[in-house]
Amino acid sequence: MTELNGKLVLCLGERDGVPAPSLQACVESAGGEVVYTETQCFV
Amino acid sequence: MVAPNTAGRPVVRATRFALAHVPGLVLSGSKPRREVAHEGDALRERLRTHLRSYAEALAYPPNQVMLGNLAPEVLRGIERPWHRQPVADARDEGPGGRFVDAATFYAWLARGDSARLLRLADPPPPPLAAALAALGSDGPPRLAPDALAQAVREGAEPFELDGAPAGVLLPAHEEDESLAAPVLLENLAAKVSGALALRDLLDRGPDEPVDHLLGCGEEAVGDRYQRGGGNLAKAMGELAGLEGSGGTDVKSFCAGPVHALVLAGALVASGVARRVVVVGGGSLAKLGMKFRGHLDAGSPILEDVLAGVAIDVARDDGRSPVLRLDSATFHRLGSGSAAHQLAASLSRAPLRALGLGLSDVDRYAVELHDPDVTEPAGSGDVPATNYRVLAALAVQEGELAREDMPRFAEERGLPGFSPTQGHIASAIPYLPHAVAGLTTGAMRRVQLVAKGSLFLGRMTTEGDGASVLLERNPGLASEPKEASE
Repeated sequence: MTELNGKLVLCLGERDGVPAPSLQACVESAGGEVVYTETQCFV
Repeated sequence: MVAPNTAGRPVVRATRFALAHVPGLVLSGSKPRREVAHEGDALRERLRTHLRSYAEALAYPPNQVMLGNLAPEVLRGIERPWHRQPVADARDEGPGGRFVDAATFYAWLARGDSARLLRLADPPPPPLAAALAALGSDGPPRLAPDALAQAVREGAEPFELDGAPAGVLLPAHEEDESLAAPVLLENLAAKVSGALALRDLLDRGPDEPVDHLLGCGEEAVGDRYQRGGGNLAKAMGELAGLEGSGGTDVKSFCAGPVHALVLAGALVASGVARRVVVVGGGSLAKLGMKFRGHLDAGSPILEDVLAGVAIDVARDDGRSPVLRLDSATFHRLGSGSAAHQLAASLSRAPLRALGLGLSDVDRYAVELHDPDVTEPAGSGDVPATNYRVLAALAVQEGELAREDMPRFAEERGLPGFSPTQGHIASAIPYLPHAVAGLTTGAMRRVQLVAKGSLFLGRMTTEGDGASVLLERNPGLASEPKEASE
């Protein structure tokens, strides 16, 4: 398991999977810093 | 007798899809185009050898569901992948629409080419010449092979029929990116596919004027100074031979059609219009989008169909399903765009406001993308994912036991069957089946739920969505009583 506390994180989400804002919320709750977010949509 | 103050209540009378099988345009899809530019002729040839024939595409079970010849639920009993299970005696027409071949579609491209930018190969492929003759036209000017190749070098977009050059679309301006040939071909393809659906809807009656057209597609029609000026709806109406109708384009990515449906209902309910048709063209850009996954899975390229739609919204006729405008919901800023937040705001909240529960809806029509298309490319089963979230909400509400979640999807959900044509797949493929089920069938209520990926335009990180209920017309309940009197 990766420890996110103190890490810089790029959040690449998918709209019908886990979108980037949800990833960001998880990362920040674990103490990580989100430096880039993007949500893809492939439909 | 129609009750007072309900004369303006909007109903959905009919929906027609026009499905155009255009394997020769797959190379113009955004992903194939870019990948062939990187990898060259070898990939181009590999793509060409994995295209479906007209007969294969017609007999593809999800396409027969789009035409209304099969109920969506029937797909659950057909072994996957569906492209290996052709429907016997597949028909090119059904209660939900028509299927046309590439030659017919190209002939209509020529008919819809108001800027006169199309050039045909000289001689044109015989099926195309025949399709043009059937429309009473010789078609656009011809170009010899050398001239065709030169036009492509100068920016024209080629298109093929049965592996042979059929023609090109010229750019409209050397220095305007919005009038580049690939953009114009995308817009012309949307115009024609939408117009075909509209003409088909009108031909089936009733013979009433259309007051307004609401476009709902995702193309961008404009030029360098107004990239998305739009109103392709009006251009579709013109090509379909309409007169006297106004038009407006409604834009919200894939959620556009449900937005447009609600607005159509509002125009009718307010008395601004008596009859509104929601129209949308297909997405050429999305042809072959997931070709990598299909090639890796050993399947043909399944994204070879352009889909246009026309939805007839009019005043209450005492029979057609009612568009419950008091259930109409648009996703609001600040309400969150994660899947569970969208489900709560678009599905649960409007039902709760009407005193209804999630189990008071017979079918939820969500994004109905065909899993045969999406799963090999790693995008999963989109409808199934949506139904899982709805079922989880129902568990949270105490309406459903956790162990009954799969049953919720079986009973109130649908298998995916729509081509991955963006806005086209968003809830509305179910409309022909919904109208049937809510009139001659036994359904009471269907919720249409659409989502839009606004964030893709890089102007916001928000998503979007819209939902509305379709309900059995109360006038139908009185029919058996009247029959017995």
